[in-house]
Amino acid sequence: MSDLLLFKDIDEPGLSTLAVYEARGGYASLRRALEMTPEAVLAELESSEIRGRGGAGFEMGKKISFLPKGSDIEKYLVCNADESEPGTFKDRELMQKTPHTLIEGIIIAAWAAGVTRSFIYIRGEYELQADVLDAAIDEARAAGYLGEQILGSEHTLSLVLHRGAGAYICGEETGLLDSLEGKRGNPRLKPPFPANQGLYQGPTLINNVETLSTVPTIIEMGGAQYAKLGVERSTGTKLVSVSGHVQRPGNYEIELGIPAREIIYGLAGGPEDGRTVKCWFPGGSSSPVLTGEDLDIAYDFDTLATAGTMLGSGAIIVVDDETPILDVALKVAKFYRHESCGKCSPCREGTNWTVKMLERIERGEATPMDLDIMASVQEHIMGNCLCVLGDAMAMPISSLIKKFRAEFEEHIERVREPQLAPVLGGAH
Amino acid sequence: MSSDGGVRRFEHGSRVPGWDRPADLTKDPAEIPDPALVTVPAELRREIEQRMALYPDARSAALPALAAAQRVHGWCSPEAIEQVACVMRLTPAYLASVATFYDMFDTEPAPRHRVYVCTNISCSLRGADRLHAALSKAAEGDPDVYVRSFECLGACDIAPMASVDGVYVGPLEEGDIPRLLEDLRSGAPVLPDRQLVRRQVADPRARGEHPSPEPEPQRNPR
Repeated sequence: MSDLLLFKDIDEPGLSTLAVYEARGGYASLRRALEMTPEAVLAELESSEIRGRGGAGFEMGKKISFLPKGSDIEKYLVCNADESEPGTFKDRELMQKTPHTLIEGIIIAAWAAGVTRSFIYIRGEYELQADVLDAAIDEARAAGYLGEQILGSEHTLSLVLHRGAGAYICGEETGLLDSLEGKRGNPRLKPPFPANQGLYQGPTLINNVETLSTVPTIIEMGGAQYAKLGVERSTGTKLVSVSGHVQRPGNYEIELGIPAREIIYGLAGGPEDGRTVKCWFPGGSSSPVLTGEDLDIAYDFDTLATAGTMLGSGAIIVVDDETPILDVALKVAKFYRHESCGKCSPCREGTNWTVKMLERIERGEATPMDLDIMASVQEHIMGNCLCVLGDAMAMPISSLIKKFRAEFEEHIERVREPQLAPVLGGAH
Repeated sequence: MSSDGGVRRFEHGSRVPGWDRPADLTKDPAEIPDPALVTVPAELRREIEQRMALYPDARSAALPALAAAQRVHGWCSPEAIEQVACVMRLTPAYLASVATFYDMFDTEPAPRHRVYVCTNISCSLRGADRLHAALSKAAEGDPDVYVRSFECLGACDIAPMASVDGVYVGPLEEGDIPRLLEDLRSGAPVLPDRQLVRRQVADPRARGEHPSPEPEPQRNPR
């Protein structure tokens, strides 16, 4: 297993302060980057082949290269710190313990992209982390890492921390932009993509906390060296948040491409003794589930995509064999129903009807045919909305129906029988 | 048609509370408040104006401004919204539409202490629904404590957990509830030994080398 990059010395006391961060070699990557041209920095990021850590897995270097060149139009960088995908808590750990890594990454990425104004959109619930970041931004500004002509270079950058107020949809990039503009967080029609028209209609680069926090490491190691970590098309290390039925839930830094069993059992300790893995979400509750038979799959972007699921945000949620699958499905569906912004009908209505149908199954009022209707509802949601919130429910729900149909049917029969008994048996 | 004249529909999980209440069509829409007629606490005005200056478009300050007003008034009351509208030069209706979108803005009067119990998938697998029920029962009748279930708070490593006035605590057992409520009422740091702030990262290779001193427990901000 490789050395730790993001989690190196993460629990060192005082690492959130500038003094300790600098003593550990912090901001050296920024100095190096500012001696390079923006094009050279971008070339390093491109050769690292790092893919976005927020969920979509889009190559970061490519994303920057989509921004129009030149300084005549104002461009923006927005760090997506609205970590709200259920099961994900890696960005929280980074922001709370080493906020300067993120700030340094933002300054370097802004240099590569020709950006002079940047924002961090942090979810409102992360009050501790926001306070830590606010203090760190003040320190960085006082030390001359933010502001005009940073460290005597041509680079000028402002950074504002913006706190959200509790809405899952604001983690979706265009919903986030609307929210940052002071509106309801409704997603926008794409295209135009944020790289062309984003915040205040200007070209905008949006990256996740973990992606940006990796930037200083890439500059330090060199992109080509970083690309040697992990596997082809999934380079580098990744933070995974393991939760649910495991003995040691928490964040782990892994090299991409290791078997999932090594993460779930090796690092997180697996389910309690005597229990087994029934199913697991490989990338947050929006990802199609895998079963206990899939534990030897390699944990990287492309292998998981081939298996019909996704790496997503790197949040592994483990469900053990004693948990009824219906409970899992209901929990997931209810969450997306609550969080649907209501703009697109397939999502607003689809999430609602899915919950209603699952509740009907729970009460014993359903027939196996309802499973087919429910599966078809999921198909009608997918790809038919402005954003992927609807898909985020449809994907796991259809995978649960497909892989655990027998259990749903068994539940339907078991709960229905006592209700039907008086009818069939006549009055006693 | 229902008896009160409004068209009744199915409860459809909309994010907008009160969406089905009939509108008063005889009322004129509220305009941007007249600064001469609205008194805004000086501190609140200063905070909102400072936020507005940070953005290329001052409207971006809507969320921080509503949060500041909620801290002053206890909830996003019509009065709070009017004050924000007055400083930001927006209509109260616009700000109300924003406030109702976000879970952390209370558009109904809310008790002073907010306890959010995460009941999403990871926490519920570890007993969060039972915890939420028990905590709600224990706090019943206390006008100062508002217990509600909340969506994933991003702390599944300490599941089941709660955010007590913004301070994350977990893993919680039902036996912790009396102490939690006691700390909350007395203003002491809530369950200092269960706070997230003191937790080391789970990855074994990242820990152990730095026997970190016990960090200061977070104080309840309200």
